[in-house]
Amino acid sequence: MNLITVSGPPSSGKTAVILKTAETLMQRGVKIGAVKFDCLHTDDDLAYEKAGIPVKKGLSGQLCPDHYFVSNIEAVLEWGLKENFDLLVSESAGLCNRCSPYIKEIKAICVIDNLSGINTPKKIGPMLRMADIVVITKGDIVSQAEREVFAARVHSVNPAAIVMNINGLTGQGAYELSTLLFSPDKHIDSLKGRKLRFSMPSALCSYCLGETRIGESYQMGNVRKINLNEN
Amino acid sequence: MASREFLLKSTPMELLRQFPFLNSFFQGQTIDLERSKQSTLQEILLEMDESSQEDKAFDADHFLEQLLDFITQMQTFLGNDQLTVDSLTILPGHDKSGVPEHFTELLFRKSTITSIVGPTGSGKSRLLADIEWVAQGDTPTGRSILINNEKPSSDWRFASGKKLVAQLSQNMNFVMDLSVAEFLELHAKSRMVHNETEVIARIIAAANELAGEKFLPSSPITSLSGGQSRALMIADTAMLSSSPVVLIDEIENAGIDRKKALQLLVGEEKIVLMATHDPILALMADQRIIIRNGGIHAVIHTTEGEKAMLHELEEADRKLQQLRNMLRAGQVLSTT
Ligand SMILES: Nc1nc2c(ncn2[C@@H]2O[C@H](COP(=O)(O)OP(=O)(O)OP(=O)(O)O)[C@@H](O)[C@H]2O)c(=O)[nH]1
Ligand SMILES: [Mg+2]
Ligand SMILES: [Zn+2]
Ligand SMILES: [Zn+2]
Repeated sequence: MNLITVSGPPSSGKTAVILKTAETLMQRGVKIGAVKFDCLHTDDDLAYEKAGIPVKKGLSGQLCPDHYFVSNIEAVLEWGLKENFDLLVSESAGLCNRCSPYIKEIKAICVIDNLSGINTPKKIGPMLRMADIVVITKGDIVSQAEREVFAARVHSVNPAAIVMNINGLTGQGAYELSTLLFSPDKHIDSLKGRKLRFSMPSALCSYCLGETRIGESYQMGNVRKINLNEN
Repeated sequence: MASREFLLKSTPMELLRQFPFLNSFFQGQTIDLERSKQSTLQEILLEMDESSQEDKAFDADHFLEQLLDFITQMQTFLGNDQLTVDSLTILPGHDKSGVPEHFTELLFRKSTITSIVGPTGSGKSRLLADIEWVAQGDTPTGRSILINNEKPSSDWRFASGKKLVAQLSQNMNFVMDLSVAEFLELHAKSRMVHNETEVIARIIAAANELAGEKFLPSSPITSLSGGQSRALMIADTAMLSSSPVVLIDEIENAGIDRKKALQLLVGEEKIVLMATHDPILALMADQRIIIRNGGIHAVIHTTEGEKAMLHELEEADRKLQQLRNMLRAGQVLSTT
């Protein structure tokens, strides 16, 4: 079974791109399963089901969804193996710009959209910097110049990645992406001992652990104060 | 060629002097390289303790690798920029039912216009995707694409900043919160053109030629009218886009001189493809491709008879336009 991790800011078009790509793979007889990691709520499972793709969803609740991802991806992989998928796609909402769910040697795709603003590529951190493939969506509604500027910004933060423009609505470019995602001779049977591409900061302060009260005496652990004197 | 050791021994300042394009790369980093002009990269990286690396989501090894990648790619990119695309050739594949396409090869030269006709869903997007991906018999249609009559390098697929097709469609809008001049400057910077000010002035002048009502360099791009936006997009694509092929998806006949727009693209040596069902536009093309059931069904070279008809149609169009203007101005309609 192949495994790929797809990540990106909320509503950037991850599900749309995965579904269009999966469609072309399924036509070629590839059996696909999906898992969606999110924080509080997702309807993505319904979208996958409707497309005939078996799906599991995991909600991290108060935890960072990427931390939650690492602790659960092994179990999900086992589910995928048991179901005999050829390709298991993991979709994670990139809510924490500091973390990313990418594992070394497991294909990592970041989906980011043209509407998110040209400074976004710089802001979103390892999720974009460490990806193998960067998919840019929603090019159908912005100008050519804006697409070129956006792609150049992406390139400057991740020069090694393959950058592809895909239309999540029409699926233009999805067939091409599919050829980069699946290789029949690749087999991921276990993730034991594999490493994350980038370390994730742990729960650092009392608020990470669920504290809700405001005030000096509730702040524990690694707490840092804003400097209001400096400009 | 830059090596890892060389990079480590240089200061960011020295690197910038040697590779001016690194500016955008440095700006994209979370660490502040500008401030440390005296220290070499080695020193800067050593100085960052683990927790400040954590803080900035920074990985020194990865940073060096990316820096090397960026320099190598930009050097190839800048070196290849002169390589012009004179022609594009499609070698036949088959339609959705597997029926082979009839032509032996289909040639698109620079400075020519090809119109594409066929109902929605007939395979226009697939054709375009084949061109964008420089298909090599490895897409659902089985078509292959040649550039300058040769099998193209895979750079056209994978290198960022080297895309074969630029697209213009009716649904596209400007979304950035910038003035026309600022916007063009941003685009020019990302393309690293030398004569920035001159190019920007030329684009604004050309766009104003195409649009009925003029706009200023200081106008916000999001406040432009439909015709003005379209005109600016076309002029910008003609003069500043790196892509040799321009696909136009139906230009509306409002607020923009379509003939001049096409002439501008042709004058800038673009290979123009135009999806349209408007007879005036279709006849402005040198040839037209008929798409049916996912395949190229026929290729028609615009005949002399058709060209003659174009004059009549343009005359009728002009009259209609005149009537529209009179109507808008609250006048009694009459043709003169
Ligand atoms: N115009 C346009 N809309 C798109 C494109 N891709 C996706 N969308 C739309 O953007 C919205 C969000 O797409 P999704 O695929 O649900 O995004 P997502 O990243 O999976 O979102 P979450 O999983 O909720 O974070 C949907 O309404 C899509 O139809 C595109 O290329 N063009
Ligand atoms: Mg989704
Ligand atoms: Zn996190
Ligand atoms: Zn915390």
